[in-house]
Amino acid sequence: MKAFLALFRRDLRIAARIGGGGGTGLVFFLILVTIVPFAIGPDLNLLSRIGPAILWIAATLATLIGLDRLFQADEEDGSLDILMTGTMPLPLLVLAKGLAHWAATGLPLALFAPVLGLLLALEPAAMGAVFVTLLVGTPALTFIGAVGAALTASLRRGGLVLAVLVLPLMIPILIFGVSAAAAALGGTVPFKTPFLMLCGLSLAAVAIGSLGAALALDSAGE
Amino acid sequence: MRLIAEDLACERSGRVVFRDLSFAVEAGEALAVVGPNGAGKSTLLRLVAGLLKPSAGTLTIAVEDSDADADAAVAERVHYLGHKDALKPALTPVEILEFWSAWLGDAPKGASPRAALERVGLLHTADLPSAYLSAGQRKRLSLARLLVAPRPVWLLDEPTNALDVASQETLRGLCADHAGSGGLIMIATHAETGIPTRSLALGGRA
Repeated sequence: MKAFLALFRRDLRIAARIGGGGGTGLVFFLILVTIVPFAIGPDLNLLSRIGPAILWIAATLATLIGLDRLFQADEEDGSLDILMTGTMPLPLLVLAKGLAHWAATGLPLALFAPVLGLLLALEPAAMGAVFVTLLVGTPALTFIGAVGAALTASLRRGGLVLAVLVLPLMIPILIFGVSAAAAALGGTVPFKTPFLMLCGLSLAAVAIGSLGAALALDSAGE
Repeated sequence: MRLIAEDLACERSGRVVFRDLSFAVEAGEALAVVGPNGAGKSTLLRLVAGLLKPSAGTLTIAVEDSDADADAAVAERVHYLGHKDALKPALTPVEILEFWSAWLGDAPKGASPRAALERVGLLHTADLPSAYLSAGQRKRLSLARLLVAPRPVWLLDEPTNALDVASQETLRGLCADHAGSGGLIMIATHAETGIPTRSLALGGRA
């Protein structure tokens, strides 16, 4: 447990310092959401209808930025070798790194989404729904991405391969995230139905993603 | 404690690096792994550290029955000091060592980060981001990692690279202390380090 927290804290600290790249995804998210109203035009009804989807698409793409560095940074400087000689089982190593990565990149997206919702003329209920769905859904995006990050850890410029590998697996999260956020605005489906699916997918993604990424890291030694 | 390798073989992408390699390292002993470039010295050390899997053969650590965690894997008893220094430019030496101490050492407490830094002569840089360190200082900081989390087996891959004469002397002292307290050391090297008591020659092209 001590080792787990130590790794979590170390990764958060690196992300927060200069050159850590913690803010890159967030800035990309801000840019993407900011330019959408300019492209769509001042049709407030249209904006508020597609707002949750725009926020979710932007969050998904923003998650991809920086994911390639999740294990690659440790692989390049040799830290990964030393991490692997620790007593901590590999899936827990992935879990600690993934959670730190999420706290540095995914969590800020969820926190900023309601503010950006103002630009998209979202109603307060929709802002809340987007915040909650992103809060629950971004860990899934991070951990699905972790498997791809582990597979491409030793590839230079592995970001493209990573995106091609993991983006299809992120689609279900996107679908249930957006439908839950849209359901909060009223409609035939209650908010709870897609939201519980999203929660389930997210929990499964964290568990399976940790195991899958651990397998990928382990097989790199063969 | 005794590190035993029997009939080890290693293949990298179909090419045999070495095969039928057997050796043993006793407690308190330093084994120099020598051989020309590409003979497989680094590969052997990575294999012992558990970072590569042997294609044949076994690698075991025999311990006295009284040892508490007798069935811990070999990889959990080794310190691997490779060519890459495993340092994060954004973190200070103290932060780096605190992390490794928590990650690598669970049972007996090692030296405190500052004591380890003092031992390798880096105390004055303790709170500076490690991005500012020179190549030799980075190597010494990596060495300090071995002190904050005591582990019986040290695997040193070209440890004298980038070290000045005084630091090489420090390294000799550290290794002598480690061997003196019953540790095992394997050093892959070209240079005469003055540490080893025995050497294992890996053939060039087999």
